Amino acid sequence: MKLSAVLAAKGNRVFTIGPGSSIRDAIDTLAGNNIGALVVLGRAGEPVGLLSERDIIRAMASSPGAIQQTVADLMTSPVLTAAPDDDADSVLRTMTGRRFRHMPVVEGDSLVGMVTIGDLVKAQLTEFRGTVESLETRLLES
Amino acid sequence: MAASALAGTPENPLRVAIVGAGPAGFYAADHLLKQEDVVVSVDMFDRLLSPYGLVRHGVAPDHLKIKTVTKGFSQTAMHPRFRFFGNVDFGRDLTIDDLKGLYHQAVFCTGAQTDRRMGIPGEDLEGSHPATSFVAWYNGHPDYRDCRFDLSQESVAIVGVGNVAIDVARILCLSPEELRATDMPDYAVKALSKSRVRDVYLLGRRGPAQAAFTNPELKELGELADADVDIPHSEAELDPLSREELEASGDRMLARKVEMIREYASRAPGGKPRRLHLRFLVSPAELQDTGQGRVGGLRLVHNVLVRTASGALSAEATGESETIPAGLVFRSVGYRGVSLAGVPFNERWGVIANAGGRVLDAESELPVVGEYAAGWIKRGPSGVIGTNKPDALETVTAMLEDARAGLTWQPSSASPEAVTSLFADRCVDFTTFQDWCAIDAIELAEGERCGRPRVKCGSRDEMWRALGRVDGRAAR
Ligand SMILES: Cc1cc2nc3c(=O)[nH]c(=O)nc-3n(C[C@H](O)[C@H](O)[C@H](O)COP(=O)(O)OP(=O)(O)OC[C@H]3O[C@@H](n4cnc5c(N)ncnc54)[C@H](O)[C@@H]3O)c2cc1C
Ligand SMILES: NC(=O)c1ccc[n+]([C@@H]2O[C@H](COP(=O)([O-])OP(=O)(O)OC[C@H]3O[C@@H](n4cnc5c(N)ncnc54)[C@H](OP(=O)(O)O)[C@@H]3O)[C@@H](O)[C@H]2O)c1
Repeated sequence: MKLSAVLAAKGNRVFTIGPGSSIRDAIDTLAGNNIGALVVLGRAGEPVGLLSERDIIRAMASSPGAIQQTVADLMTSPVLTAAPDDDADSVLRTMTGRRFRHMPVVEGDSLVGMVTIGDLVKAQLTEFRGTVESLETRLLES
Repeated sequence: MAASALAGTPENPLRVAIVGAGPAGFYAADHLLKQEDVVVSVDMFDRLLSPYGLVRHGVAPDHLKIKTVTKGFSQTAMHPRFRFFGNVDFGRDLTIDDLKGLYHQAVFCTGAQTDRRMGIPGEDLEGSHPATSFVAWYNGHPDYRDCRFDLSQESVAIVGVGNVAIDVARILCLSPEELRATDMPDYAVKALSKSRVRDVYLLGRRGPAQAAFTNPELKELGELADADVDIPHSEAELDPLSREELEASGDRMLARKVEMIREYASRAPGGKPRRLHLRFLVSPAELQDTGQGRVGGLRLVHNVLVRTASGALSAEATGESETIPAGLVFRSVGYRGVSLAGVPFNERWGVIANAGGRVLDAESELPVVGEYAAGWIKRGPSGVIGTNKPDALETVTAMLEDARAGLTWQPSSASPEAVTSLFADRCVDFTTFQDWCAIDAIELAEGERCGRPRVKCGSRDEMWRALGRVDGRAAR
């Protein structure tokens, strides 16, 4: 299965933010949309970083004043991205191995989606259930 | 929205239209009818006279066992609150506005009706076809009956190494006896029995460990009566990146696949009349013109695998190339969904714009009330028949949640008769599930008469005639 198959039923919307925005704004967007990370976009719309709830919590734990900082200060950069044609299995392995929960997906230079570990595990589970379902049907009918 | 008239009771059932009678449509119907919380009545529409989508017109005609999944679908169809309307094309005979006036919700399960393109020169030369049309032709899809494939060619290339590519390759290699054991329509059996095809090339752009086909399908290739499998040794061996990936995955099925490919590569030719060449790490760069606008060969570039930033393995051209002869080319690089009039479409992925099955407005990206999607038109053209079951469940769960919240269309005429009188007004002649059962029985009887599992009616006319009707109008 390719990442495109995971993204197809997710809608096109990816929540993004600029590097100059405040952490306060980032928190509002995260909380307001019930999401875990924002893709940070540069001038040309290219992903330059990723800001996750973890990045914020870690910074706040060491200095409560972190809320005054900008997205650029706390984001993880450079950001690792994937392509729609990448195999979901390989990407999942990379994400678990490197402990990433979010992976922006780009085509050429433009951001076309974001997959989370949860999305990939769910897609894998659906595929797995489907195979079991098909095998069961064949066994019961033969 | 008025909570007073919440639909979903025996007196006022939630009326749901399902557009598309493939696996996704039937699994959605089954989920909707099996739960007891909300009383649902289902009307299912298909543009064809027959139900079952790709199970009838996609699944290979020699894979009869797989098609027994339709037994479960026909049980769903027997439910008292289920009706089937065949020969109803959404967009032509029925519009989104019609549905809004007749139903509380609609779920689109129209599958992927066209093919993806490769985007290389020569793709449209005569003799180059999408696998989609060949598959539909040999499976008796009425819209493809008149397609012609030049089976007098000795050398055929199939681009892609998914299960569809494998199906096509195997069908091209079947012996006349094997062909007669299928449920193909007669015209296809005749044409394929006379085929002069000798060499079939299956072309994978990546290596054995990335091949999309599954193990049972690969195993079958090695057991054909009339064809030897041939795989170049060098292409059957894994490159270091794939070996590393295979080890990291711990995937035993994949290890088995790779092993089977190596075993095939070590086989000595068995002297069978046909040869099936399975190639890896080659991409077609161009289809070559014989000079008469026909395809004569394929220029292939050789690839190596490289690791992308995300850890996936992707093909990169080495600069080396070769040419193989091919008078007939089938492009089997995937299917693609087609947009439906009035329903938001996501061009990038070729699916109805949706999140988890809820259709999304193209601009606002917010859910559109009353509209849902399931199956290939929701998630794209991947997955086996069974995958559509959990997929449809996700959609149905969203539908029921919205129905309980009163987030449905408010139809002006939600009676079961309203839709039949609409078709009467429009002179739309539809088939019922009983009609389909009659056709099914006729096909099976014809099979029995000929010593075959089934002989499919290959055209709409034949089906209407079988029903004692002519040209879609009831005969007197
Ligand atoms: C060649 C091929 C072989 C396959 N073989 C296997 C196999 O052996 N085993 C396996 O498990 N899986 C197989 N699959 C996969 C399986 O067929 C799919 O997972 C499944 O059919 C997808 O279900 P669906 O309902 O989304 O689409 P479909 O099965 O395509 O059904 C869509 C239905 O919608 C109807 N429709 C489309 N447009 C309209 C419209 N405008 N108005 C009304 N109706 C419309 C179509 O006529 C069709 O009946 C195969 C797929 C292909 C392409
Ligand atoms: N018996 C069965 O169970 C059965 C039978 C038929 C179909 N199905 C299912 O139906 C679904 C669709 O099958 P499918 O075969 O159409 O799709 P698929 O499994 O996605 O395979 C597509 C193939 O085309 C290749 N490809 C894509 N673009 C290409 C390009 N530009 N150049 C060269 N090669 C290219 C892919 O290679 P890359 O991997 O490198 O992209 C892949 O090998 C699958 O999930 C399949 O399992 C099941």
